[in-house]
Amino acid sequence: MFKDSLFKYFAIFCTSIGLIVLALLLFDIFSKGLTRIDWDFITNLPSRRPERAGILTALFGMMWIVTLTILIACPIGIAAAVYLEEYSSKNRFAKFIEINISNLAGVPSIIYGILGLEVFVRLLKLGNSVLAGSLTLSLLVLPVIIVATREAIKSVPNSLREASIGLGATPWQTIQRIVLPACFGSILTGIILAISRAVGETAPLIVVGALVYVPFVPQTPMDQFTVLPIQIFNWTSRPQHGFVVNAAAGIIILLLFVFLLNSIAIILRNRHNKRVKY
Amino acid sequence: MKKYFLLIATAAMMASCGGGKKSAENNAATSIKIDGSSTVYPLSEAVAEEFRTEQPNVNVTVGESGTGGGFKKFSRGETDISDASRPITAEEMEACKTAGINFIELPVAYDGLAVVVSKQNTFIDHITVAELKKLWEPAAQGTVKTWDQIRSSWPKEPINLYGPGTASGTFDYFTEAICGKKGASRGDYTASEDDNVLVQGVANDKGGLAYFGLSYFESNSDKLKLVPVDGGNGPIAPSQETVSNGTYAPLSRPMFIYVNTKAVERKEVQGFVKFYIENAEKLSKDVGSVPLQSNEYKMVLSRFAAKTTGTIFTEGKTSVGMSMADLLNKQEGK
Repeated sequence: MFKDSLFKYFAIFCTSIGLIVLALLLFDIFSKGLTRIDWDFITNLPSRRPERAGILTALFGMMWIVTLTILIACPIGIAAAVYLEEYSSKNRFAKFIEINISNLAGVPSIIYGILGLEVFVRLLKLGNSVLAGSLTLSLLVLPVIIVATREAIKSVPNSLREASIGLGATPWQTIQRIVLPACFGSILTGIILAISRAVGETAPLIVVGALVYVPFVPQTPMDQFTVLPIQIFNWTSRPQHGFVVNAAAGIIILLLFVFLLNSIAIILRNRHNKRVKY
Repeated sequence: MKKYFLLIATAAMMASCGGGKKSAENNAATSIKIDGSSTVYPLSEAVAEEFRTEQPNVNVTVGESGTGGGFKKFSRGETDISDASRPITAEEMEACKTAGINFIELPVAYDGLAVVVSKQNTFIDHITVAELKKLWEPAAQGTVKTWDQIRSSWPKEPINLYGPGTASGTFDYFTEAICGKKGASRGDYTASEDDNVLVQGVANDKGGLAYFGLSYFESNSDKLKLVPVDGGNGPIAPSQETVSNGTYAPLSRPMFIYVNTKAVERKEVQGFVKFYIENAEKLSKDVGSVPLQSNEYKMVLSRFAAKTTGTIFTEGKTSVGMSMADLLNKQEGK
């Protein structure tokens, strides 16, 4: 009995560590940066004067990167997971692929940056473009999406598949109309994780050639770009105090952006889960 | 579901092929690409920002992948201008040569290194280069632990050192100027790539000493005490004047831009570089670095007009302890 309550308090203590750190971080950031955020901060170009500098190009660069990354990584990742779960036979080769994908998830992100630099920027001659950055980040988030989608597909009860096949549906029809819709909500969870990872990545993008001062919003996927984390990183390393305030304000915007993306995905998921019953 | 997939697939296709080539070529005519040192970055950013008011159609982009990283891109012809906080090395010149790239080397400002202690520190009023060497050289690791070992009149209090990490250009320059060899430093000090962390550390540490860019001292002068450095001609504190006229030695270094001669054939690059040199004096004060002397900017401008290629530094030697005017004169006399 004593041990039981001891463990309970220990667990509460562990939970609160995370919460307290988060609260401290948020308090520090908000107290520094909240007053700095106004419409000008969002619509201004970068500047040497902290009070005139804004994040317009970094914010749009980030939106470009995230959108393209999701567009590239989701179809590939989901298709790969479908193959591994529904089509591949459980032989050595499948095991080999499986282990490789789990390993990929643990590779340091800067390695992806170096790969992206050689393959996309130099070999395919995409230059330091939004597209090269997105392709690199797609590689980075692919394992996340594949692993999450596989778990989602696994969770679909076999009786559904058997019923569908029994009614004369082909495997593809079964996957497309029964399996994927049934686990769409859990796939979205994987996509949420992938987005959150892509939004915060700085190192691979710097290697691929993301810049810091970009005075224009990218118009095509071939344009040069900067993203918010890079701008924040640059500001924190500047001597003038005003830039530290800007960095805090930038972090708030970044947090809001992630929060917004995540809530959209969660709303979609919940709405979907309500419809699917098995 | 099918519809979703089709939509996503077509969007991805369009994204990957859509108008890529064309716009890249259009941009090439009106864009200037700069990359390199993060020390020079604020100045290049300021110039790019001001240049926009003059020529809004030219897109100037600035990156900060470090002096070495910048030269790598420069020698591949990926950038038009490379920012550098040290002269180009022999290997980097070799890489440029193999790629058929010629460059014009233009000094644009100085970066002074400040040696600072906490405001609470009352005993250090100045320090000589020899004492700095004794303090920072690799042999000091683990043996030089209290201040009385450096100068007998100082108290027997523990030494806590703060400095930039080994990847920093500031580290390279300081070790070369003080210990005589690039990278020669003791390792038992608090290292951070973020100078603001060093400022916080040394400000609250009575026995602490740190070195970093002068602009970081200027922004935090309420918390820190500047230590004048004696390089042989009496203790001199770094300031806009002493760094600019070269009396604060050896801890001030020039910052450069390297311009690809092929890029100079483009009108907008020519205009931009000229604008850079003409406005560097005013703008470098804005961003916290130290301008060259006015007559030196004139010499730099004529160097650019004459399209003098190559470096003013003899191979393998660096700029420690030489005035910019001397260097530029030497080049012209050649």
